[in-house]
Amino acid sequence: MLRIHELSAWYGEAQVLRGVSLEIAAGEVVTLCGRNGAGKTTLLRCVMGLHQGQRGTVELDGTPLTGQPAHRRARAGLGWVPDDRGCYATLTVAETLSLPPVVGPAPWSLEQVYDAFPHLHARRGAPSTTLSGGEQQMLALARVLRMGARLLLCDEPTEGLSPLLVAQVGDILRQAKQHGVAVLLVEQNLHFATTVADRHHLLAEGRVVESLENSEVAAREKDLLAYLGI
Amino acid sequence: MVNFLQHTFNGLVGGAFLALLALGLAVIFGMLRVVNFAHGAIYMLGAFGAYVLLTEVGLSFWWALIVMPLMLALFGMALERLVVARLARLDPLYNFLLTFGLTLILQDAVKSRYGVQSSPYDAPEVLSGTLDLGAFDFPAYRVFVLVMAVAVCVGVWWLLSRTRVGMVVRAATERPELSTALGIDVGRWVTPVFGFGIGLAGLAGVLAAPIRAVNPLMGADLIIVVFAVVVIGGLGSIFGSVAAGFAIGLVQAWVQALGEHWALLSQVLVFLVMAGVLLWRPAGLFGREEAPA
Repeated sequence: MLRIHELSAWYGEAQVLRGVSLEIAAGEVVTLCGRNGAGKTTLLRCVMGLHQGQRGTVELDGTPLTGQPAHRRARAGLGWVPDDRGCYATLTVAETLSLPPVVGPAPWSLEQVYDAFPHLHARRGAPSTTLSGGEQQMLALARVLRMGARLLLCDEPTEGLSPLLVAQVGDILRQAKQHGVAVLLVEQNLHFATTVADRHHLLAEGRVVESLENSEVAAREKDLLAYLGI
Repeated sequence: MVNFLQHTFNGLVGGAFLALLALGLAVIFGMLRVVNFAHGAIYMLGAFGAYVLLTEVGLSFWWALIVMPLMLALFGMALERLVVARLARLDPLYNFLLTFGLTLILQDAVKSRYGVQSSPYDAPEVLSGTLDLGAFDFPAYRVFVLVMAVAVCVGVWWLLSRTRVGMVVRAATERPELSTALGIDVGRWVTPVFGFGIGLAGLAGVLAAPIRAVNPLMGADLIIVVFAVVVIGGLGSIFGSVAAGFAIGLVQAWVQALGEHWALLSQVLVFLVMAGVLLWRPAGLFGREEAPA
């Protein structure tokens, strides 16, 4: 579904990605692990089309996205779940949910969203920045499901959440996966990553230094944690 | 008491112009991060346009009220496409300087053709009398100006807070990058929003023609006060700029009412209020602190 080929990116003079290539199939969850500064967020921003100064190609279902502005990529089926959760002070929860256009063949209806996230229903008239951190994360996920996005770009969706909420994020991602949605997940929490992902890519200094099937992770856990600096 | 009511009414009418101009500035600043210095010149073009339409084309005030804001909105959209957009990626100072230069060009162009003396423009016949509103008679035209300004401000509020277009504009204004990542073509809204803000300034100009001196510098005198109003209300805050516009109009009228030697203070007052507000709340009364980039 998503094919990234030889992607390089720069911040001014500094190169942060050095020829990253990876592929994700429909219904597959793939994580990017690595220390801070390894280039994980930059990679997501490149795929979304938010980063100026990149080289290489990104294809979605065989259609090249390279050079396309971010709003076209979203309309092609990319769902953006940013690390700051992307809430608006000037939009209510209900407005935040209905802001993006419906782009995919199987969007969630508003009723489905409210059934799955009763908290969002209760706070639907409140400015979305007034939600708690966990509720904001659910809102960010609910929003891209309502769009019917086919590939979710999730930047540390579990960061700062309680174990209960982390489990809920896992449920949502697995549910999306069952419906054929692919996920590119930036995740520091290795344990959480193994509960949702099919494959893992370890990123260091802008390169993919290791790629593992989820089944291989248990045996290599010590090495991986050392790599992550934990 | 009657006197006080009269001053209050005059203050609201004065505030109506400030509010309309500040509203346009706030809408433009919110979406484009451009401080449009040319806003005063556009206001002047609205008033002069009404005068020219009447004297050279024979179109009445009512036509001018429709034609001038539309023409200026189109002018604004062309301006945004042709020049403002080219500077959008640079430091905001460039667009500030651009619109400052544009102000000088527009003022001198009008000056070279019509001179600096004020041109007379009469209120339409129907509104030339007074309206008995109980306590005393109000000039009908001024009542009309106030009603129009309030209606436009309420209309803009409704548009922004209750329609899908308004929601998209709010999202694009608050977080442009996030909004594009969610599938909103932010760039598509920039030109119409700029044109809309310019059109509001043109409307204020037409409304001003019958009660303010129509001359090439009428906008230059007013725009500095409007900037202060926008800063007091909170840069980019729609509600703040409208509220501050009416509030400053009221305060100016009340201070003026205290006597002749207070007139000077009423001119300075707005800047004193601005300084005080900035010390107390640097983002303005209704502004939000900008998140660090």
